[in-house]
Amino acid sequence: MKTLLSRPWIWSFIAALSVWLATIAFTGGASTVGLSQAALTFAAFSVLVGIGQMFVITLGPGNIDLSVPATMTLAGTVSLKYMDGQSGLILHGLAIAVGVGVCVGMLNYALIKALRIPPIIATLSMSFIVQSAAIWTNRGLRIKPPQALADFTTQTSFGIPNIALLALLISVAAWVLLHRTPYGRWIAAIGQSLPAARMAGIAVDGNRFVTYLLCAILAAVCGYLLACFSGGAALNMGSEYLLMSIAVVVIGGTAVAGGNSNVPGIWGASLFMFLVVSMLNTYGLGAGVRLMMTGAIIITVILLASGRTANLR
Amino acid sequence: MRISTDTLRLAVPVASLLLLLAGVFYLQPRAMSYNGLNLLFNLAVPIALATVAQMLIMAVNDLDLSMGTFVSFVACVAATYLHDAPLLGALILLAAIATYAALGVIIYLRNLPSIVVTLGMSFVWAGLAVLILPVPGGTAPEWARAVMISKPPLVPMAIIASALIAVFAHLLIMRSSLGVLIRGVGGNQRSVQRAGWSIIAARASAYALAACFAVAAGICLVGLTTGADANIALRYTLLSIAGVILGGGEFTGGRISPIGAVIGALTLTLAGSFLSFLRISPDWQIGAQGAILIMVLALRLLLNRLESKGGKP
Repeated sequence: MKTLLSRPWIWSFIAALSVWLATIAFTGGASTVGLSQAALTFAAFSVLVGIGQMFVITLGPGNIDLSVPATMTLAGTVSLKYMDGQSGLILHGLAIAVGVGVCVGMLNYALIKALRIPPIIATLSMSFIVQSAAIWTNRGLRIKPPQALADFTTQTSFGIPNIALLALLISVAAWVLLHRTPYGRWIAAIGQSLPAARMAGIAVDGNRFVTYLLCAILAAVCGYLLACFSGGAALNMGSEYLLMSIAVVVIGGTAVAGGNSNVPGIWGASLFMFLVVSMLNTYGLGAGVRLMMTGAIIITVILLASGRTANLR
Repeated sequence: MRISTDTLRLAVPVASLLLLLAGVFYLQPRAMSYNGLNLLFNLAVPIALATVAQMLIMAVNDLDLSMGTFVSFVACVAATYLHDAPLLGALILLAAIATYAALGVIIYLRNLPSIVVTLGMSFVWAGLAVLILPVPGGTAPEWARAVMISKPPLVPMAIIASALIAVFAHLLIMRSSLGVLIRGVGGNQRSVQRAGWSIIAARASAYALAACFAVAAGICLVGLTTGADANIALRYTLLSIAGVILGGGEFTGGRISPIGAVIGALTLTLAGSFLSFLRISPDWQIGAQGAILIMVLALRLLLNRLESKGGKP
């Protein structure tokens, strides 16, 4: 029990569970299954972008990818336009989404490296260009996704949404990558001290490049799935994921200063973020109160969770 | 005579602003008049104030992701309470400034990531703004309106205001002992502490000063637009960060330039007008702004290279 409580990610799960219980208590257990499935589905999208953002944040202070929303939008738009509703082209569409991610990731790191721009500004400038490209390809069109893919993203297997299962699979892969491969050790070392990592002979540039690539690809795949889930790509579909991707990583117990990350916390935080909003909706509060409560709860969680980091130092 | 590093730092923003201005005048000679200049730079005044506010937060190595929502909140207060019940309105704004100071202290005491705390606060400000002004509207206080539309002889209001902001911020941050203290906290917190200064007081005043500038930005904005809405200034968050960086500031180390920040804000505003004069398709407007940001940063890298070459004996 004590070892469990000392895990940095446990708090996000405790928070998510208590919000879930508070909502269920209010509805009298009326929509337990529906609420849980919706929470898992929407959390899965946050988890996908959150994992990518987590790898980037691991790299150390100042490393944040702000191009996530634009990449999601562009990948969703371009792949839906290519598939044009034909089920035979699903894999091609996925390949195109991944290709968009690869391009954005490469360009992001090219700016960071070649121009020595701080990553926040580099990815911000890049996101402007990517967003423009998305506006240009979208042109107000609303193309329906292939039926088979739309079904896959909205249906459940064994009572669990397919999207959540997929995100779980990717999370396990990310956990293995972070904790059981040299790459995971390397990026943690870079996050703890870049000069020290360089002196230890770690290929700093290569690893940072792969990390930005990974983040952009995950964002692109998430955009592809989200566009299919919501029945078409919209230009603002990524916007809420900018703050969300950062928030779930940090609430999940990953150190913002980098070098110390964990995957399970992202799940707890993603579920928590969705459940808070739906709890406040259930209570029938207005938009203003809902926003305020969301902010207050985020700050409270950070304050509570900060006790342990303060002790470590 | 050797040019000092600070002057060189300022050279890039000034050169980019002049270059853009020349481009605008070439494309649209009619802009070269009293009214033309006023129209070009009108909206730059609130952005410049918000940029100086962001710069103060960045001076202590933090980042404020709630700048846009805070300015929107101030605008909503200014268009309602400050107009209808000036005393109550002023009290609300004072309370908001006190909240900012408290945030600065909490972030330091609990060793919290400023990005996440301000992210949470952005929800709180947005919620309050929606509560105050659920639908766009309100009325600007007469005095704010009068100041913003005043027509001083010879030089347009927007230019005088920008110059005043730059000079005032420069004196406050680069020449006063409080400014030195704030920048010292960004440079090396521990050594400032050992020298016997109170870090808490320095951080609280940096945050409170930033809030004062942001409040001024909100009031100016309402003076220009005559009304407010809860989303009026959301883009200020990213604009203010980009403005500080364009003006030669850095994310860490307390290296900032108030004059540069104001010029950075003017450059970003002008970039928008320049692009519309170029008749670039609206699809690519945002993208072209990103490209301008990248070009300016590339220019700075080039100059930095020259500087370090010149510095070698």
